[in-house]
Amino acid sequence: MEALVAISIGTLTASAIYLILRQRTFAVVLGMTLVSYAVNVFLFASGRLAVNLPPVLLEPAPYTDPLPQALVLTAIVIAFGMTAVVVMLALGAFLESGTDKIDMKDDDNAEAKR
Amino acid sequence: MNHLILAPVILPALIAPLIVLAMRFDVTLQRVFSTAATAALVIISAVLLWQSSTGAVQVYELGNWPAPFGIVLVLDRLSALMVAITNLLALGVVLYVIGSNWDTRGWHFHALFQFQLMGINGAFLTGDAFNLFVFFEVLLIASYGLMIHAGGAVRLRAGVQYVVFNLAGSTLFLFALGTLYGMTGTLNMADLAVRIAELPEGDQALLRVGGMLLLIVFAVKAALVPIHFWLPNTYANAPAPVAALFAIMTKVGAYSILRMYTMVFPPDTAATGTLFGDWLMPAAVATTIVGMVGVLGAATLSRMIAFSVIGSVGTLLIAIALFTPQGTIAALYYMVHSTFAAAALFLVADLVQDRRGKWGGDLTAAPPIVGNGLIAALFFTAAIGMVGMPPLSGFLGKLLVLDAARDHGQMALIWTTIIVTSLIAIVGMARAGSVLFWKAHAVTAEGGGATLAAGGDEVPQNALALTATFGILSTMVLLSALALPITGFLEDTAAQLHDPQDYIRAVLHAVQDAPADALGDAGVDAPAEGRAD
Repeated sequence: MEALVAISIGTLTASAIYLILRQRTFAVVLGMTLVSYAVNVFLFASGRLAVNLPPVLLEPAPYTDPLPQALVLTAIVIAFGMTAVVVMLALGAFLESGTDKIDMKDDDNAEAKR
Repeated sequence: MNHLILAPVILPALIAPLIVLAMRFDVTLQRVFSTAATAALVIISAVLLWQSSTGAVQVYELGNWPAPFGIVLVLDRLSALMVAITNLLALGVVLYVIGSNWDTRGWHFHALFQFQLMGINGAFLTGDAFNLFVFFEVLLIASYGLMIHAGGAVRLRAGVQYVVFNLAGSTLFLFALGTLYGMTGTLNMADLAVRIAELPEGDQALLRVGGMLLLIVFAVKAALVPIHFWLPNTYANAPAPVAALFAIMTKVGAYSILRMYTMVFPPDTAATGTLFGDWLMPAAVATTIVGMVGVLGAATLSRMIAFSVIGSVGTLLIAIALFTPQGTIAALYYMVHSTFAAAALFLVADLVQDRRGKWGGDLTAAPPIVGNGLIAALFFTAAIGMVGMPPLSGFLGKLLVLDAARDHGQMALIWTTIIVTSLIAIVGMARAGSVLFWKAHAVTAEGGGATLAAGGDEVPQNALALTATFGILSTMVLLSALALPITGFLEDTAAQLHDPQDYIRAVLHAVQDAPADALGDAGVDAPAEGRAD
């Protein structure tokens, strides 16, 4: 199971990095989403992988570490909010400037603040 | 427990929604509340600074959960100092914004501003690594809104770059935290310090990976070369007062490096040794060079200032990368100075751009502006501070950095870099200033025209804006006039940082005081083992 989880995190991250390095905002937003999935699974794994165990402190053990689950929950909420922000921002930039390219040419900068 | 520690976080957190919900359409009321809250924050942080100067480390346990099980806020000299300069800067910026009417050019400026303060103050006060991540997100999400305040195509596109870069940084932060948690089973900074010191040999490689990932995350925030690319576009295209507030944001990264790598990964850690300093130093030197050369090459005023911010971050991180008490003193002094210097420059740039009409911030000659002499004086004062010429505090700051680097192995490189880049920055700033303020008279003589705003354009009403700019500038004068007592305080701060035992003991007192078997009975897997020092 460790190998499976590791491979899926790796694949997700690799695809995400490819997408983030693209020129257009849509691909980049997808990439950000993918990498946030990858990191959520990674955080889960940081508490060690356990199957069918409750995330409650029991005496005697076994139980699975409840903290990563709380961390993942926080991370999911934040990633969700951030994705919404970046989608709105990308949409706004596209509608205002008519292009969804991430790059800015030098003359764009000269135009700034007018 | 001292509940005042929570105030710098909770006060803006209460005021911001109030501004959004209750006074959405009333700018005057927003201004009153925002200014009052920021002024209150200045007073609170002054009290906190005074309390911290006794040297006691105060811990605030949220929900009364003892660390490392609950989240703690920790007030020591460093966090009190950072909170104080944040709020002082914020007061100057909010007054400037009101004076220059920036808050009427878009929606929700004051609410976002308060949320931003909440995030920055929280990041400085928290004693928990995951909570640091959360506060980073709070300050970032508010900064996204502030950055695109007043809109415009170019600003929005620069905003997209900024958001994407920082989202990638945040994700990396989570990877780093996951790695550290997997290794140590804790995210409380003090507890991390204890556990990393006694980590078994086999886990050290992963620990180094986690530590380096974390360093990259903080380097993104601090805009260290080669991951500084988000900064020039962001700062140059953000509204100028927002860029002035952002002067503290790069310092959040620098603060985190200082905190984590003196307490959690000190240079005498067996697993990591001087690894972080070895990587940080060349990057910091490169940052100084890139930044200051950028000052010479920039085509607009705000880009020039943005590059000078990068350069000053480089100098700051050179001092931090020494990881000696002497270096830390220099770093802290330069950190306070460069925050105010950059903010003052951005505000002056806005004063200039406001008056130059269609010429904006381009570094080309245009007819002289209203109040040319006064604004030129402000610009040159701020520039003298930024490049580090006497008598302002930049000179003392750079002197302290040079002095601290005297015993370092690469002393020749560090000295050459700082001195030569200062010279380059002086040339760059002087060129910009002479084009903006002196060549203007030549243009008038040729064209026969009067000053710019005489053509019937509204002359911006901004005594308050000028006062705020002047106030921020005067902190540099104070810093250099009161250098002795200030460095005295900073010496104590550095001593506290480089001997984190007090901090660790204050945070973990509950675990350390309780008998180990009592905790064992509660079903917790022996967090107290080996901690009875």
